[in-house]
Amino acid sequence: MKKWTELVPGAVVLEAGSSAKFKTGSWRTFRPEWLQENCIQCLMCWLYCPDMAVKVADGKMTGFDYDYCKGCGVCAKECPGKQGKKAIIMKPEGK
Amino acid sequence: MGKVVAVTGNEAVANALRQADPDVCSLYPITPQTDIVQRFSSFVANGVVQTELLNAESEHSAMSAAIGASAAGGRVVTATSSQGLALMWEMLHIASGMNLPIVMPLVNRALSAPLNIHGDHSDGMGARDTGWVQLWSESAQEAYDNTIMAFRVAEHADIRLPVMVCMDGFIVSHSIARMEYLGDEEVKNFIGPYQTVNPLLDMEHPKSFGPLILTDLYHEYKRLQHEIMGRVKNVVLQVSDEFEKLSGRKYGLFESYRLDDADIALVILNSAAGTSKDVVDELRDKGIKAGLLKPRLFRPFPYEEIGKALKHLKAVCVMDRADSFGGYGPMFMEISSAMYQADGNGKRPKLINKIYGLGGRDYMPSDARQVLLELNEIAGGAPVTAVKEYIGVRE
Ligand code: SF4
Ligand code: SF4
Repeated sequence: MKKWTELVPGAVVLEAGSSAKFKTGSWRTFRPEWLQENCIQCLMCWLYCPDMAVKVADGKMTGFDYDYCKGCGVCAKECPGKQGKKAIIMKPEGK
Repeated sequence: MGKVVAVTGNEAVANALRQADPDVCSLYPITPQTDIVQRFSSFVANGVVQTELLNAESEHSAMSAAIGASAAGGRVVTATSSQGLALMWEMLHIASGMNLPIVMPLVNRALSAPLNIHGDHSDGMGARDTGWVQLWSESAQEAYDNTIMAFRVAEHADIRLPVMVCMDGFIVSHSIARMEYLGDEEVKNFIGPYQTVNPLLDMEHPKSFGPLILTDLYHEYKRLQHEIMGRVKNVVLQVSDEFEKLSGRKYGLFESYRLDDADIALVILNSAAGTSKDVVDELRDKGIKAGLLKPRLFRPFPYEEIGKALKHLKAVCVMDRADSFGGYGPMFMEISSAMYQADGNGKRPKLINKIYGLGGRDYMPSDARQVLLELNEIAGGAPVTAVKEYIGVRE
């Protein structure tokens, strides 16, 4: 832990990308679960996620990064799914 | 070269801002400050300054824009009064907590309710705990000089803090007085080019302002803020010394008037100090050893220096043009603290507190005379009947 004499005045963070160190996943009470069979790869979840917690590789949704997913449920709400069947559902954490 | 003029306090301050030629001015008009930003807008419209003008939709937004522009790396000004300052309140703490050297003239005006547009110190006193440096000014000349010095103080590498320059609404802001302008080049050289510290617009070095800091470090950041505030006195003295070389006008942390050999004294801010000095002279002519102390740097408050300057007195009246309802007047609390800590070999002056001039109520020589004569009796052994009392009020 830093002493006050070691701090940057104004609490300016001089290091770029340091928010990666702040794991927000521990706040979660509901976790999103991906039902791959219903996924049409529209990437709406990736577009809407406020925490960049939807993992995408080669242009395809591949799951969630639970280190940063806060469980807000925006992805599940926006997910169109396949023929009315959601590809993301929210489940209580720890169950 | 200096130029003698007859102008209002607002015109003087607007010209100080013109001479500083800031990068950004965010503004929202409010009586009695409007005249400053209106004049400054004309300077922008006429191309006299290079400033980018931002018309905000409220004072809260004006201060928010000032914070953004300052963090981005610009020299930034705004100005306000009364309700405008009150609306800025949460942003004032953010400006100081982020160490942003914003300069803001504050044309002191009473706070509502009841609604009143005239001069008192309720607005500035309400902002004393926001982490801003406060310089108070007796006259148009002092408001102009303090505004110019404010840039040097705010932008000093040791502190980087926002500075509020206070002057009395209408009494100074709208009254025409004789004063002296410095030359444009002189001011430009005195203030110097703006030095950025960690500017957001430095794309090579990305950074973040305003992070979330919880129980692990917040206390340490506030300790650092306390440390930085402790350096302000020296910066103000250093800048004032340099300013004296340029202008011939001497400024300190406060002004002492006939205080060294005095028995009794008034402590009083801003324009009313002028009236009071006349009455001090009058009583001196009658053989009463009266004096006066006029604070200039109110935040940080120079407790030791003021304690030293007042400790030899027999009786002191602290005059407050603002009230802390349910408490003593705000300046009385500071002077009481200063006197409690001052080493007077067990002796310290008797202290009383008068509330005067709220909502622009005239402060007359007769008011100063009445208070000084009461002090003279207390100095002679009469008991203090009331610590805090309103004067100039219909009973
Ligand atoms: S629950 Fe919220 S944070 Fe988590 S992946 Fe979905 S949108 Fe992102
Ligand atoms: S929004 Fe739903 S359907 Fe679209 S990519 Fe994400 S999980 Fe698949």
